[in-house]
Amino acid sequence: MVAPPVPTVEATAPRTAPVRRGRRRRLTARDILVLSVVVGVTVVLDLALIWGTSVVSVLLSFTNYDGISPIKWVGIKNYHDILTINPEFGTAVRNNLLWLVFLGLIATPFGIFLAVLLDRQLRFSRFYQSALYLPVALSLAVIGFLTQLILSQDQGVVNAILGRTHGNGIDFLGDSRLNIWMVLLFAGWRHVGYIMILYLAGLKSVDPALKEAAVIDGANPVQTFLRVVFPAMRPINVIVLVITVIESLRAFDIVYAINTGRNGLQLLSVLVVDNIIGEASRIGYGSAIAVMLMLVTLGFVITYLVNILREDSR
Amino acid sequence: MTQSKLTPSQLSRRSVLRGAALGAGVVAVPGLLAACSNGSGSGSSGGSAKQTISLGSNYSDPTPKKGIQGMIDAYQSKSGNTVKVNTTEHNTYQTNITRYLQGNPDDVAAWFAGYRMQFFASKGYLADISDVWSGLQGFNDALKNASTGADGKQYFVPIYQYPWGMFYRKTLFDSKGYKAPATWDDLITLAKQMQKDGLTPIGFADKDGWPAMGTFDYINMRKNGYQFHVDLMAGKEAWTDQKVKDVFGLWSTLFPYYQTGALGRTWEEAGTSFGKKEVGLIVFGTPHVVLQAPTPADVEDSILFPFPAIDPANGVDSVEAPIDGFMVPKKAKNLTGAKDLAKYIGSADAENAYLKVDNSNVAVNSGADTSAYTSMQKQAIGLTQKAKSISQYMDRDTRPDFAQTVMISAIQSFIDKHSPSDIDALCTNIEAQKKSIFANPVS
Repeated sequence: MVAPPVPTVEATAPRTAPVRRGRRRRLTARDILVLSVVVGVTVVLDLALIWGTSVVSVLLSFTNYDGISPIKWVGIKNYHDILTINPEFGTAVRNNLLWLVFLGLIATPFGIFLAVLLDRQLRFSRFYQSALYLPVALSLAVIGFLTQLILSQDQGVVNAILGRTHGNGIDFLGDSRLNIWMVLLFAGWRHVGYIMILYLAGLKSVDPALKEAAVIDGANPVQTFLRVVFPAMRPINVIVLVITVIESLRAFDIVYAINTGRNGLQLLSVLVVDNIIGEASRIGYGSAIAVMLMLVTLGFVITYLVNILREDSR
Repeated sequence: MTQSKLTPSQLSRRSVLRGAALGAGVVAVPGLLAACSNGSGSGSSGGSAKQTISLGSNYSDPTPKKGIQGMIDAYQSKSGNTVKVNTTEHNTYQTNITRYLQGNPDDVAAWFAGYRMQFFASKGYLADISDVWSGLQGFNDALKNASTGADGKQYFVPIYQYPWGMFYRKTLFDSKGYKAPATWDDLITLAKQMQKDGLTPIGFADKDGWPAMGTFDYINMRKNGYQFHVDLMAGKEAWTDQKVKDVFGLWSTLFPYYQTGALGRTWEEAGTSFGKKEVGLIVFGTPHVVLQAPTPADVEDSILFPFPAIDPANGVDSVEAPIDGFMVPKKAKNLTGAKDLAKYIGSADAENAYLKVDNSNVAVNSGADTSAYTSMQKQAIGLTQKAKSISQYMDRDTRPDFAQTVMISAIQSFIDKHSPSDIDALCTNIEAQKKSIFANPVS
């Protein structure tokens, strides 16, 4: 692990001396010490905080640990129970996937679309930009509270406007067939602004000459974007994709603020928290859910890395 | 008491500092100094020196918070000790309780009586306070049992209790000529009449996950008796038993008369509907009605009556009346002080001091002063005194891991579908999860 930084050091070194001798001379004992410390600390922190905790979670997921009693090995019982008799697990997986599909196919493309529009220097472009970006400044927990103020059945704004108070309001957040869509709408509201600002920053860096060339060649705006700008934006596209996936898998605060993630708003992250942190303290069981969430995440990470490495090696 | 008089030989560094500070006319400093030295002198200072005790409290709403402060003020002036109250928002407090007790708990901590306390006692998080109990007076056996762990030792001191039951509005009932239903059939007949009159018969909320448990408990105790409730909660009876299915079956017949959209309504919102007379009846605990009533006159107008009888063999002999109180964590830094405070909390004086502020609950100590009780408190006492058996509440009578991760979602899913055809599958699933959880021993 000490080796990789060496070329970096050398690359920044003035190339006056021959490379071989330079390497030997420039890496003094002190350099090696500094490098070992810098890299070593990072590696230790990485091992302890990321790999260590992950491995412990995996180990705990095969036990019935409750935080205090002696740990008892229970094999795959937790996994078996989660997959066979936990009625909330299926809903949670479905909701995480819905989140991914909704953000990936609707919110993210819409954010990109807005960025492209704003990039065309419309009038009041700054105003639109700020208005669309505003929700990103709010935490998702705050958006959860806003959602309740707007959609609550007895006291919400929407039902008041519709004149449906006094017990006949629409149960936007309590009806398990409706509430996930309402939450996605509000989570998407924030996500759109986030993606828009990221993409807008990327678009500014695309060489205008590319677009001009496309226009001269007779491309319409859609073709210009899809064939010229979009491919040129590959690094930003990758970031947007990664952020969308991460946002979908780590979703938690908005549903927790609304109804602590129950009754149709279950998410894998909520099940982990409810089991491990709550009064229940089913640490082994919760760890098993966390491990499944980690496996899903790893699936995306590996796919992504394989793609990146393959493209880079071309 | 003699404790408040300091003899020269008992002067400690802190009391000298306190005297110096008082002499300098600085009133706020002694408390601060004492707070800073929390626990440091607890071992050596013995019983008679001034101590600092910390109290973890989930009494976060304004009225209960003031009530606790009233009780603590009374204790401080009586004992001369200083109590530092750390208040946490109640849902957060309850969610974090396991980590709190394991980590760095206060010397005395607010909690609930019954199984929910015994669970932590069995896990070894709580200090045995049987010696405190031997000096307490005015508690009957039922209260002592609710404060006793599975090992027969006491781990809890009650402060008050509040009964659950059905409520109606007197003015509304008088104007329409309704009568409080005594039996299940009366209830259905009355609900039908209310519907005819254009009134939503029964208020209902379960967004919070726990308010509907009270209705399950009551139908269960009326239909199957108190002992079945206890055994079912303790995991001794099967949820697939026909008796349990009958409870869900009866419950499902109430849904045509409920306020719709219960899963999107908090108990506060349902309490407000009841306060505004938008619903005819509601199943609640007394604080839920009192705290949400728009005016004191609305409290006076609210009448508490026993949940209707279902099986004549059981009648209305059981009342669900949760007991709140305090426990001493095993990790308490100042055990001597904690026990002294616990002893005070177990006195009639402490209950009087608390209930003077919060009149939505009733005293449990027989020595407490009931002369200033409101009509709601008198009704509450009437209900609990007539009861043959007193249950706590589903989430206090069973294991927290079962109540929190299985029953909340099971009852919400029942409310969502509430169709008789789904009951079998629901019960089968609850039983499977129960077996899995109860397979892990508590201690």
